[in-house]
Amino acid sequence: MSKHGLILTLVLGFTGAAHAAGGGALLHYETDISNKASVQRGAANFMNYCSGCHSLKYLRYGRMAEDNGITEGLLKENLMFTADKPGQPIVSAMPAEAAKNWFGQVPPDLSLTARARGADWIYSFLKTFYLDPSKPTGVNNKQLAGASMPHVLGQLEGYKVPVESHGEDDHGGHGGHGAPSGPKFEIVQAGLLSPAEYDRFVGDITNFLSYAAEPGKETMHSRGKWALLYIFLLIPLTYLIKREFWKDVH
Amino acid sequence: MGIQVNPHGTTGVVGWIDDRFPLTKIWKDHISEYYAPKNFNFWYYFGSLATLVLVNQLLTGIFLAMHYKPSAAEAFASVEYIMRDVPFGDLIRYLHSTGASAFFIVVYLHMFRALLYGSYRKPRELIWIFGCLIYLVLCAEAFAGYVLPWGQMSYWGAQVIISLFGAIPVIGQDLVIWVQGDYVPSDATLNRLFSLHVVALPFVLVGLVVAHLMALHEVGSNNPDGIDIKKNKDENGVPLDGIAFHPYYTVKDIFGVAVFLAFFFAIVFFAPEMGGYFLEKPNFVEANPSVTPEHIAPVWYFTPYYAMLRAVPDKLGGVIVMFSAIGILFALPWLDRSNVRSIRYKGMLTKIALAVFAVTFVVLGWLGVEAPSETKTTMARIGTVLYFLFFLLMPIYSKIDSTKPEPSRVTS
Repeated sequence: MSKHGLILTLVLGFTGAAHAAGGGALLHYETDISNKASVQRGAANFMNYCSGCHSLKYLRYGRMAEDNGITEGLLKENLMFTADKPGQPIVSAMPAEAAKNWFGQVPPDLSLTARARGADWIYSFLKTFYLDPSKPTGVNNKQLAGASMPHVLGQLEGYKVPVESHGEDDHGGHGGHGAPSGPKFEIVQAGLLSPAEYDRFVGDITNFLSYAAEPGKETMHSRGKWALLYIFLLIPLTYLIKREFWKDVH
Repeated sequence: MGIQVNPHGTTGVVGWIDDRFPLTKIWKDHISEYYAPKNFNFWYYFGSLATLVLVNQLLTGIFLAMHYKPSAAEAFASVEYIMRDVPFGDLIRYLHSTGASAFFIVVYLHMFRALLYGSYRKPRELIWIFGCLIYLVLCAEAFAGYVLPWGQMSYWGAQVIISLFGAIPVIGQDLVIWVQGDYVPSDATLNRLFSLHVVALPFVLVGLVVAHLMALHEVGSNNPDGIDIKKNKDENGVPLDGIAFHPYYTVKDIFGVAVFLAFFFAIVFFAPEMGGYFLEKPNFVEANPSVTPEHIAPVWYFTPYYAMLRAVPDKLGGVIVMFSAIGILFALPWLDRSNVRSIRYKGMLTKIALAVFAVTFVVLGWLGVEAPSETKTTMARIGTVLYFLFFLLMPIYSKIDSTKPEPSRVTS
C-alpha cells in the first residue's frame, strides 16, 4: 500500500506546488475569518472608510451580518449607509460616471479582490501609501504604482515618505515578522493611530475582505471535516469487505 | 401471441423483463460473468475512478446549469450567485471544478497504465483508439467549460486557443471569426461554448465511454503481465486466472473509490483553488477585453501541449506540433513491435524510453505554467523532441530490445 500512497502524494504534490508570487515582496498578513471580532471590526472599517467608493456587489448586508454574528439592529444602525434592506448587496452610492471624472476610473468592486490578488496584496497596498507631490492625489503606492486612489486612511495612519532601506528604523513597516519587511518609510505627519493600531486596522479590513471574497468558506471547512471523517471511517470498512471477498481468490 | 422464454430461467418481474429485454444478459455479460484477470494492481483503479469522476461531472453539471447564465453580461455574476446564494452551490461548483482536474489526473494515470502494460496492443487497438478519442473530447470539454465562468483567464484562454485556428493558411482568419461568431471572443462565443459543453460534447463523451467499455468487454481486460488469460480455461469456459468482475472487482474498486474520495474531498473542501492550479487567480476578475493579463497560462492539464506550442517559433508549426502530439497517440498500437506486451518482460531500452517520456511530460507540464525564458524555451524544445522520439523510435527500440519470456499464467 505504501507505493499507492507515495504515487498519489507525488501527483498531488506536483499539482499543489504554489505559484511564485509576482512583483515585489508582499507583506504577509495571516487571515483568520473565524476571528469574528476581527471580521466585524473590518466590516465597520470598510463601511466607514471604503464603501463610499468601493462596492462589494456580490455580498449582501444580511449575509454579512448573519455570518459574523451582527444583529440586524446593529447592522442597520452602524453598517448600512446606502441600502435599507438587509437583502440588498453592498453597493457604493457613488455614481460611476462621476467617479470616472474624479479618479480617471471607477473604483473597482472589491468582492473578489482577496481571491484575485490575495490577502497579502490588500494588506501591502493599504500599508504602502507614501507622499508623492507629482501625483494629483498627493500620494502614490508602492504596491500599485500610479494608483489613482487617494490615501483615504491618511488621517489615521499619518503620511509617510519612503526611505532607503538599510537602517533598523521600521516606522510603518510593521507586520512583516520574519518575512521580508517590505519597503521602509518614515512618518512625516503623525496620524490618529499608532503604527501598531494602524496595522491592526488594515489587518481587520484585510480579514473582512477575505471573508467577503468567499463567505461560504467556513461552512465548507466544517462540512469538509464531516465528509473526511465519513471517508476515513469508510476506507477501513471497504478494505475489510474487499479482503473478505478476496479470501477465495488464490 | 407466443413469446420466446428467456434462457436464464428467471421468473417474476425480472423474468418478465428478461422475456422482452436482455437485462440478465447484460448483467451477466458485463458484470457478474465478466471475467477479469485476478492480478490487477494499483494502476487498475483509474478506469473505475474515471467513470466515477465522469458521473460526478454530469450530476454536478446538471445543477450548475440550472443556475448559470450563459451570457457575457451575466455569466461571471451567476457563478458568484452559485457560490454565495444557491444552497450548497459552492460545494457543487467545487465538486465540478475539482472534478475537472481530477478527471485529467485519473485519465493520465489510466493512460500511463496502458503504456506500462501494453494494453493498446492487438487485439485492444480499438479500446485504445476510443480512449484517445475520449481524451481528445475531454480536452475540448474542459476547454469549453473553463471559458464559462467568464473570468479573465477564461476570456484570454479562449482568445489564445481559438486564435490557433488563425494559423491555418488562407482560411485561418475567417475560420476564427466563424468559430467565435464575432471578431473577438464575445457573448456569441460564450453561448456556443456553453451549448457544446453541456449538450454536444458530454453526449459524444458518454457514447465514446460506452464504446470503450464494449470494446474492452469484447476482447477482455489486459493485465500487468500482458498475457492472455483466455488461453487457459476450465471446463466451463471460465479463464483459470479470471475472476468475476462482480463481486471481486466491484468491492475492490469501491475501496479505491473511498481512498480517492479522501484526496478529492480534501481538495474540494479545503483547497479548491489548489494554490492557483485548479482555479487560477486571474479568473476571479471578470473578463475584460481591454485588459490583457500579464501572464496567460492554461490550466495545468493542458500545459505540456502549451509548452510544445510555444517551443516552436512558427505559429502554424506550433499548432501542428501540438495537435500531432495528441494525434500520434492514435498510432501507438502499430508503433510497438515488441514480442511482449508488459513492461515487466520488456528490456532496458523500453524501460528507459518510457521513464524518459514520463519525466518529459511532467517537465513540459511545468514549463507550460512558467513564463518563457531562453533556458526554458530550450528545455521545452528538447522536451518536445523527446516526446516525439518516444513514439517515432518505438518501432526500432521495441524491436531490438531484449525481452524476457512471458509466463504462461499470471503472476501475483
